[in-house]
Amino acid sequence: MREITYTVAAREALTEEMARQPSIFVVGEGIGVRGGNFNTTLGLYDQYGPMRLRDTPIVERGFVGMCAGAAMTGSRPVVDFMFFDFILDSMGELINQIAKMQYMSSGRLKMPIVLRGCIGIGGASATHHSGNYYPMFVHLPGIRVVVPSNPYDAKGLFKTALRGDDPVLFLEHKSLLNNKGHVPEEEYFIPFGQAAIVREGTQATVVAIGSMVRKTIEACDALAGEGASIEIIDPRTLAPLDIDTILQSVHKTGRLLIVDETFAPCGVGAEIAAQVMARGFDDLDAPVQRLNGTHTPTPYSPPLEAAVVPNTNQIIQSIRDLLAE
Amino acid sequence: MSNTPQLSKEQYLALYRQMLEIRRTEEQLAKSHQAGLIPGACHTYVGEEAIATGICAHLTHRDAVFSTHRGHGHALAKGVPPREVIAELFGRATGCSRGRGGSMHLFAPEVGMMGTSGIVGPCILQATGAGYTSKLLNNGTVGVAFFGDGASNNGAFHEGLNLAAIWDLPVIFVCENNMYATEVAFSYATRNTEVADRAKTYGMNAIAVDGNDVLAVYQAAEEAVNRARAGNGPTLIEGKTYRTRAHSEGMRDAGYRTPEEVEAWKKRDPIDNYRAKLLAQGAASENDFAAIDAETKALIDEALEFAKNSPYPDPATVTEYIYSQ
Repeated sequence: MREITYTVAAREALTEEMARQPSIFVVGEGIGVRGGNFNTTLGLYDQYGPMRLRDTPIVERGFVGMCAGAAMTGSRPVVDFMFFDFILDSMGELINQIAKMQYMSSGRLKMPIVLRGCIGIGGASATHHSGNYYPMFVHLPGIRVVVPSNPYDAKGLFKTALRGDDPVLFLEHKSLLNNKGHVPEEEYFIPFGQAAIVREGTQATVVAIGSMVRKTIEACDALAGEGASIEIIDPRTLAPLDIDTILQSVHKTGRLLIVDETFAPCGVGAEIAAQVMARGFDDLDAPVQRLNGTHTPTPYSPPLEAAVVPNTNQIIQSIRDLLAE
Repeated sequence: MSNTPQLSKEQYLALYRQMLEIRRTEEQLAKSHQAGLIPGACHTYVGEEAIATGICAHLTHRDAVFSTHRGHGHALAKGVPPREVIAELFGRATGCSRGRGGSMHLFAPEVGMMGTSGIVGPCILQATGAGYTSKLLNNGTVGVAFFGDGASNNGAFHEGLNLAAIWDLPVIFVCENNMYATEVAFSYATRNTEVADRAKTYGMNAIAVDGNDVLAVYQAAEEAVNRARAGNGPTLIEGKTYRTRAHSEGMRDAGYRTPEEVEAWKKRDPIDNYRAKLLAQGAASENDFAAIDAETKALIDEALEFAKNSPYPDPATVTEYIYSQ
């Protein structure tokens, strides 16, 4: 099977759906002729022109609110933030309007809008271009939160996002964008709320999110030499969250670690731990553990930056500690 | 009232009937609020009826209206039946938002009422988005935002008007300048109280009218809607007007404006003056008005009974409509 990058896979999904659905348009800064800072729309302007590849002034609140109105009236907007940090300028439009619109209108209005951009720490991007933020969004009813960890998932989940009628946050970790992976030529969709069992194992379950999936695989490769059998689960979507797959795994392994680049307090790991405790308490042979990034703004200098992100050695150590409990 | 548009008798009376329907609905809502039938907030539109009436007279159900917290009049003028507005404020299942919205969240997309909002500003952006849909899908519709002087100092005003202007979108921005943002005087909040002046900044056409003169508003709206439908871009309409009741029912209406000012504006009542003008011109008779008065009274009486007799929503449905699927 062919191998393409994460960015190319996501762009294929967008290209296919734009050809199929004339109501899809993309807004963002430099996503028109230029094709996007991260090549998210490269080549699409020539194909679809300025109404469907719409360069914007730097007005995140303005174009997010504008796209809300477009979605309410029959368009299917895709907002390309480049860096997802920029969504913070439009939080009122997202939380008070987009997330609540279907509910307030008793389902008579739909809100088919995809808000995408790169998240995460890396490349000395410093603190205004390194945020993850997804625990805040998972907290809110009315939006879907998608965190693909590889090219195959990026395409299949983006296709699902572009076919649905709900607001979707499509979060692409910047360290993954140039990673290659197998992506079939034929069309496919990945439903929301269906975790991937990345690797089967019997002694412990590790739930890894986004960029942490690859690092966890590396860690488990290293631990395999010690005879450790670890099950790795990639939730793929955080809202909805496939807690059943996690519970089934914990039923088998009895131990759970959640590895997440973003902050621990009130985070995704806290939510998973609480649900597993409530529904799978009798399956647990050890306390649920979390490994998170440091609770701090993201520093610029590479040694400082590296110090706030969970690395493979830390994951290995966390798994060893869990197995020793 | 120079350059008065020449309308048929039916058209003249339709404007009267619409304004009166709003007035009588609002008076009933105020009474109902005092009687404890409205569990939440109630912001009336009394004194400002000419603006919603004059604008919406040029719109079809396919045109999209977005409104603000003082939105009962816009919903009624757009074609939402009084019974559905009253039932919504009563929190009943038969309300236009099925009891999920109340005074500040009125939805009836089937008649192009795309929602009122408890947040000042988003309607400007959403109407811009409706204009984007119109242009993208080439469907001939216009987007309309109703908002107050308070919103004109909000960033959404700047961002929305600029986007609509640079993309020549078919949008009408209607500023109801009633001189107070809740209780903060517009003359305090800005150095230039002529909102229409701001259109020049965006290279946009503007029309300033007496917002208590329904025919002046009607004429301005005709020009703006024609411009939009012809593909010649957006218009900012400023109507100077006044709310003669408190910001919100039950709120102390003192300390920020004088009783003399309120009384002076009551003498400029848009309905009384319009009626007197049509009588003086011989365009309609006392009998014509008496018939409409009686029909409107019956309509509102029936609407009140309908609302009172409507069931509350079933609590078992409380999580319906958060997502589309």
